[in-house]
Formats: sequence, C-alpha cells, structure tokens
Amino acid sequence: MKNEHNDNPPVMKFGMAIDLDKCTGCGACMVACMSENNIPFKEDESDKLVSITWMRIFKLSNGKSFPDTDICYLPRPCQHCEGHGGHSPCVSVCPATATDYSRETGIVSQIVTRCFGCRYCMGACPYHARYFNWWDPVWPDGMEKYLSPNVSPRMRGVVEKCSFCFHRYQLAKNKAYLDGERRVPEEAYQTACTQACPAGAIVFGDLNNPEHQVHQIVKPDPKHGGRSQNPRAFRLLERLGTNTKVYYLSSREWVRRSGDNYLEHEKTGQASQPHH
Amino acid sequence: MKVDRRSFLSFVIGGAAGTALSPLPWKLMDDSSIWSQMWPWTPVPPDGEVVYEDSTCTLCPGGCGISVRKVDNRAVKIEGKQGHPINDGGICILGLSGLQMLYGPTRVKSPMKRIGERGDGQWQKISWDEAIAILTEKLIDIRDKGEAHTVAAIAGSDSGTVPALIQRFMTAYGSPNFMRTPSGRDADELAVNTLFGNQGRTGFDVENADYILSFGSGIVDGWGSPVRMFRASSLWKDKKTTVVQVEPRLSNSAAKATRWVPVNPGTEADLALGIAAVMVSRNMIDTGAVSGLSSWKSDLLANYATEKVSQTTGVAAEVIAELAKGFAGANRPLALCGRGKAQTAGSLRDIAAVYALNALAGNINQEGGMWPIPEADYIQWRDVATDNLASAGLSQPRIDGAGAGKYAQTRYLASRLADAVNGNGPYPLQVLLVASANPCHDLPDTQRVKEAFARIPFIVSFSSFHDETAAMADLLMPDHVYLERYEDVPVDAGLTQQMIGLSRPVVSPQFNTRHLGETLISAAKAMGEPMADAFPWDDYETCLEETLAEKWDTLMEDGVWVQADIDPVGDRLQLAGMDADAVQAEGDVNSFPLLLLPYDTIRLTSGYIGEAPFMIKTVADTVIKGNDGFVEVNPQTARAAGLGQGDMATLTTPRGEAQVRVHLFEGIQPGVLAMARGLGHTAYDAFLAGKGVNINTLIGPVEDPSSGHDAAWGIRATLSKA
Repeated sequence: MKNEHNDNPPVMKFGMAIDLDKCTGCGACMVACMSENNIPFKEDESDKLVSITWMRIFKLSNGKSFPDTDICYLPRPCQHCEGHGGHSPCVSVCPATATDYSRETGIVSQIVTRCFGCRYCMGACPYHARYFNWWDPVWPDGMEKYLSPNVSPRMRGVVEKCSFCFHRYQLAKNKAYLDGERRVPEEAYQTACTQACPAGAIVFGDLNNPEHQVHQIVKPDPKHGGRSQNPRAFRLLERLGTNTKVYYLSSREWVRRSGDNYLEHEKTGQASQPHH
Repeated sequence: MKVDRRSFLSFVIGGAAGTALSPLPWKLMDDSSIWSQMWPWTPVPPDGEVVYEDSTCTLCPGGCGISVRKVDNRAVKIEGKQGHPINDGGICILGLSGLQMLYGPTRVKSPMKRIGERGDGQWQKISWDEAIAILTEKLIDIRDKGEAHTVAAIAGSDSGTVPALIQRFMTAYGSPNFMRTPSGRDADELAVNTLFGNQGRTGFDVENADYILSFGSGIVDGWGSPVRMFRASSLWKDKKTTVVQVEPRLSNSAAKATRWVPVNPGTEADLALGIAAVMVSRNMIDTGAVSGLSSWKSDLLANYATEKVSQTTGVAAEVIAELAKGFAGANRPLALCGRGKAQTAGSLRDIAAVYALNALAGNINQEGGMWPIPEADYIQWRDVATDNLASAGLSQPRIDGAGAGKYAQTRYLASRLADAVNGNGPYPLQVLLVASANPCHDLPDTQRVKEAFARIPFIVSFSSFHDETAAMADLLMPDHVYLERYEDVPVDAGLTQQMIGLSRPVVSPQFNTRHLGETLISAAKAMGEPMADAFPWDDYETCLEETLAEKWDTLMEDGVWVQADIDPVGDRLQLAGMDADAVQAEGDVNSFPLLLLPYDTIRLTSGYIGEAPFMIKTVADTVIKGNDGFVEVNPQTARAAGLGQGDMATLTTPRGEAQVRVHLFEGIQPGVLAMARGLGHTAYDAFLAGKGVNINTLIGPVEDPSSGHDAAWGIRATLSKA
C-alpha cells in the first residue's frame, strides 16, 4: 500500500514565465488563444470591457515625455492564483463551484456549464482575466467550420477565462498514459500562446519540476509564497498574496514597478508574505 | 370538503415551506440554467479524426511553414511548423488568422460578371466556361486590332510560377505592361543593380550580426520575413547584441532596441552619411569592399560634416560620433533600411547610403553581414515565340514609364499607374488584370487610383476576396486561397539563402473557385495559336512539377527547399547614387505645419490581404474606437491645437481630409503625427469595412528623381478641432 502511495504522480504546478524584454506586443498569443479556444468575435470589438480575450496584451509606458519615453507590452492570461493553499480570489467566491483550484495541476478551472452568470468571480479577480458572455456567440455563415471540438463554444450568460489550454493537458495525459509514462513530458503539454509566440517570450511548464525550463528561470521560493528568486522576475500585484503562477521578467526597473502599486520609497522585489 | 380560510392558508404556507425544503427549487434552477445554455444555435463542433497537414503560408512574403490541424475534413487551427528553417514553430497573428479567410464570408464564391453600375456590388454568377469566354473574346478582339499593349496586369509578386505565368501570358499576348505592386524590393533590386552592377537582391545575416543599426526598419513590426525577425530579435536579447533604432517615432521596434535614436522624419539617409563621414574621416573603414572611394570621399566630408548632419537630423553631434564608433568598432556590424515593413519603394539615396555604410564596415558577403545575391532562377521555360501582333505590342513603351529613358534601370512603377491612366500615359488602357493585389486600397492617393480604375473599360479581378479592387471589376475569376492550392513560394525577404516553400492543398476548394495558374493556362489555350503554344502544360500541377524538376520530391517531402551556399552577384560596392537631394514631404510648410507619417504594425496587414476579425479584435482602442481611427499626436502639439485624448479632429493634407480621433502619445516628436497603415477598408465585411482611415487617401506618391519609385515617407498636414 505504501508503495502504491509513492507511485502517485507528483503534485504539479503549471505556470509561465513571460520575458517582457523579448515580448514585442505582436498579438500572436492573443490570436493563437482565440483560435485554439473557439473565442467568438463581434462586429465592434473596440469596447474592451466587453471584448473577450482570455489572453490580452497591455501596453505600459514609463510616463516620460519625448524623447525619454519607453513602452513595454505585457501579455496577461489568467494568473492561476494559488493564494494561500488554493484560496484563489475567484474560487473562494463562486457559489456554483464552476471554478475550482486543482491541487493536481495548480490550474484554476472554469466549467462553463456550471456557471450561472453571477459574475462574483469577475468582481473578485484583481487581474480582469475573466469575461462575461453578454451575447450568444455568432459566427458568420460558414466560419463555424473552423471550430475545434476540444473546447465547447460558450453561450450567453456565462463567465469564461484562460484555462492554460487544459484540454491540451488532458490529451497529453492520455497520450502519456498510453505510452506508459507516469509524467506528462514538458514538450507534450504547452499552451497555444506559448507555442505560437514568434519571439519565444513565453516559457510554460511545471514550476515544481526542477527539470522544467520554467522552474529554472523562475526559481520559485516555496517558503515565501512562491516568490521568484530571479532578480528580473516579478508577479502582478504580488503583495496581494494571490500567489500567481504567471511570472514576468524584465531588466527594466520601471517595468517591474508597473507590476504593483508601490509607494515612492518602496522598492520592488520585496515583501510577498502570504496574508493569514 | 369545505375550504375555509384557515385550511387554505395552511395548505399554501405548508406547501411553500415543503417545496422550499425539498430539492425542487434547486433542481429547477439548475435545470433552467442548463436548459438556457442548450440553445440549438450554439454550435457543437463535430468530433473526428485529428490530422496535421503541413504547407507554406503565402499571406505575406515571409514564407513560414505551417501545420494545419484538421478534424475530419475541417481545418480547425493553423500552427507554425516545428523545425522549419524560417519560423521553427513560431507564427504571426496574420498566419494564425488564415482560417477566417478560408471560411470567411468575404470569399468570392464563384466566377461572376458585373450587372449593375460599377461599385454597386451587383453580380451575376456565371460558369467558368462563360468567364473564360468573356475574357478571351475581349482579349482576342483587342489583340486583333493591334492594341495588345493596352492590356495591363498588376500582381503582388513577380517571382514563382504563378506570377511567371502571368508574365508569360502578357508576353505571348503582346503587352509590356506587367506590374508588381510597389514595395521595398523595388529599391533593393535597383540598389543592387546600381551599386554592385548586377541583377539581384540583398540578404542580411541578421542572426550572426553583433551590432544592428536600423534606419527605421520595423524589425518587430513586420519587416523582411516577420517571424524570422522576431526570432532574431530574441536571439539578440540572449546574445546581448546592441540594436540601435533610428526612427522619428517610438515604434515597437524602437522600444525593443537597446537604444532608440529619434531622428527628424525623412533624414535617415543624412544620418547614415553623417556616420559614414565620421568613419571615413577617422579612418575607421574597410576599403576592401568599396570602389570609387577617393572621389566620393571629398564630397562626403564636405557635405556631411557632423555639425551639419546634426542640424539636419536633430541627432546630437556626440550621438553621431558614438554611433559611428559603435558601428565601426563592432566585429560584425550590420545596417538595415526600409521604413516599417518597407511597403513603399523609397528613394535610391536612402537605400544606397545604408548599403554604403555596410560596405564601409566591411561586412559585404561576411558572416553577420549583407549579401548581394542572385534572384532565384529555377523557372526555366523555353522562350515565348511571339507573333507579329505580340512583337508590335511589346515594342510599345510601358504605360508606367519604367525601363526606359531616365528610369531605364527601373522594372516597375505601379505607383504611376493612376497618373498614366488619368491622362498622363502614352496611351489609354483597355483592360487591367489584377492578381493578388488590391491597388484600390494599397496604392497611394486612393481617390486618384479609383478615378483611374473608373476610366479603365474592363477590369478583371482574380482575387479570392471581395476587396476594394474586386468591387471596381467587371469580371471576377476567383483564385483558390492558399490552403486550397498548390504553389511554389520562393522566399526572398532578406534571407541569405535561396529558399522555396511549397503551398499545398490542406482542404478541398470550398467554393467554385479556380487556381489562377489553371485559369491562365485554359484562357491561353482557348485563345488558340500562338498563345496556346506558349502554354504547353495540361494543367497547373503539371507545370509546377515540371518546373521544379528535381526539387519537386524534396518539396513534397520537406515542404521547403534550401540552397545555402550561393555565389554573390558582387563583392565591391560602387560608391554612388547618394548625391541626389533628399526627397521632401509633399506640401507647403506654411499651410501645413505638421508632418503626417504612416506607421506599420504587425497586428494590421499590409498588402492585399484584409485584416481578419481576430486581428481587428487585438487592435487597441487607441487605434480604432467604434469606426473612428486615431492619429498619434505628441501632447504638446495636441495642446497647442486645443485637442485632448479621444477628441475628434480634422486631419488635412494636400491630398485629402479625414475625421480622426486624437491619441496622445509621448513617443512621437512634437509636430509629427502618425497613423497606422492598413485600415479604412470600404470593401470586405462588417468586421472590417469602415473601421479607421486609409492613410493612402491622405498621402500621394512622391517620385524619386533617380528611379521614379514612390519615395514618399510622409506628407505635410494640419490638425484642427472638428
């Protein structure tokens, strides 16, 4: 029995490291995501509050005037917060258990058929990573041909968000099982945005697995709520204690500073104690 | 039983309490939410066998390999092909959106002839036989009158078998008027010819360079082969390669560079020559790859002294010295040019100045350097036997004036087409054939282009989409889209190798369309001798397989054919072509105090493919809001005009006027405005049409005196409160 227990697959924590020095803001991740996950579109998508983009690129500026201006792009998928012991902001408010924290993968799931559209999770999410379907999706005649059977098209009245392409994990897991492997190999499970990024700015993998590139880049410190030990790395609103699994890398101080609300005297890279 | 008040209330309250305590309300709520999510109109994508099929993307000149995921017979996702020499798994936003074009509502679904007024969009479906008959009768009629030269063709490319078939068709028919849509390739070919004395193009070994000096090239905005350049940009980050971006506006490429050097618009060549002058005067040059230095040197030093260049360009003298030192001192320096995606030709002076810098740095045909190499020559068909009618037509001057007189070295001048048709040409055009080009949106001064098109009696569009040019046509003979057809894709786009990709059908044709190669072969055959004789192939596939000969098997197996070791067409650059005056922006400084520049972004397409809905969805609300387009303005300039963020303003240039919204952007020089290229479509569908302003309606061509190419880099403008 003991041996059987040891044979259980190790606990994984899938996460991302996005190198903002490399990100060009080209938008390939956004469209790779839309295409992979059957995300609909409307005639006017310029009202960004109601434009569904699981992956969205934000443009940051250092606020200086010409010619000292600098800009940086920041791609924002769902941050897959772990909080303290799986206590993600959205998971803890969902009355329908439509969203849940997986202790096996660290992925925050979204089961759209359970969602009844109360949108508490949207209010709770500090990252605006969740989107509500105000309308039924409509594809122009003929275009529904490209819809993928791996991800159900959503309907009016439910909330949706980035799943770290969970269906790809399921496929990779099945394949690993058939191949007689206990673990899903690193390259067998990659999100659509990671795969598409022409700049190679996104690295995805298991943060718990020292062999995975993402672990080697991020060097998460489990004693300090998963804080990165890489001086270039930061997380968004890290001091909220959301313990997110998307890490950003930048060599520019002003970019790292944009990741949180700092007082003038405060330095970046400090204080990420989980709140109790 | 008598129902009194007491028992009635007991029954109702008891029933309510009982129901509330039972699972019924919860079950009903659950059921209703499930039921309300099961609308029959929410599509349920059918499952099936999953396969991947590889092909080559042709949506831009980049030549990326793609893997298309299919479920049964439906293509559901386009991904970058792993291990491909150009993109190795990476892919751009346009390539990812390809299925929206394949299955989209803007496809031309059958051959059609116009029945209403031009531009009314009233079409009648016809058969392919009828379409071929209409075209060939028209062409035979004109040819028999000895007016073969009054037929012209415009295409997006002149390399590969399909453009070669168009050119062959024109030659056999007897017209000298084959045109390629303008791009930086025009200037590059001319520069190689002028500076190295041979026909060819340049390749840039960007991956191995260790100091990049880019004169406005949109390295991560779609210049060259876009995904290759994205990968190079990341490689430079890893290798800590210095990248200097010289540009008036903080583009994404400038933001990614190690250093952004803002420069006065249109003075990039002056800065390049100023840097060259510093290198020459301090003897920091390699003389091995240049000729004519001694006579050129004195002019250079006299005209491009650092102080003077600093004044022209707005770049501080010490910065010029630093750039010269950095560039000349690097092991493998490389200078790039062609503004943005290099969508306009640009002047010979601009390009020659930068190529001279490369030669002075000694990087010609070196690792990490610039390589003047020959064009692909795998298409070896026997010469066309022209009859008298054809020879007579071919001896006529070209309608655009290219290849003769002072523009003898210039191949194509499509930017002069409108002017020629509007009365300044040697003869009127009777027929225009348009393939993989959308001149009614993409050529500068759109109004004049549309006027010209209205004057051409008969226009045939081979476009797969209802684009602006198809809207002006009389006959639509829609081509398959790239995912439905075979085609060789020779990739030049700055590569140092010769590379040919193969596009192959991933799905069967969705509509009643026909491969353009097939259309041309069958039209030629229908026209009888001598046209038929020039097209001996049974069909396009036979033609393609015969042409590619021994490469065919490699292409079928690997999808790409690469030749790495190529003999360059020259190794010494003749220092010349830089003495012309700088091309100025059109317009009077006093009436138009501001400068309007187009800018390129990878999220918007260039060339003849319109943006897919996915792409438009990624565009920021500071570029399009509703249907309004934005112009970028420095806050200081905006304040002077009394304008704030999002305000409506009237943007006026000598060529036109548009209503735009103001976007305050600190990354642009005061006095300069910038607007995205690729918007303002009038055709296509509701997902694209009417959004933003087509900057080509505000900018006209400015001729480069040395080549006739369109060298406009901007135009003078005013901005006032609407």
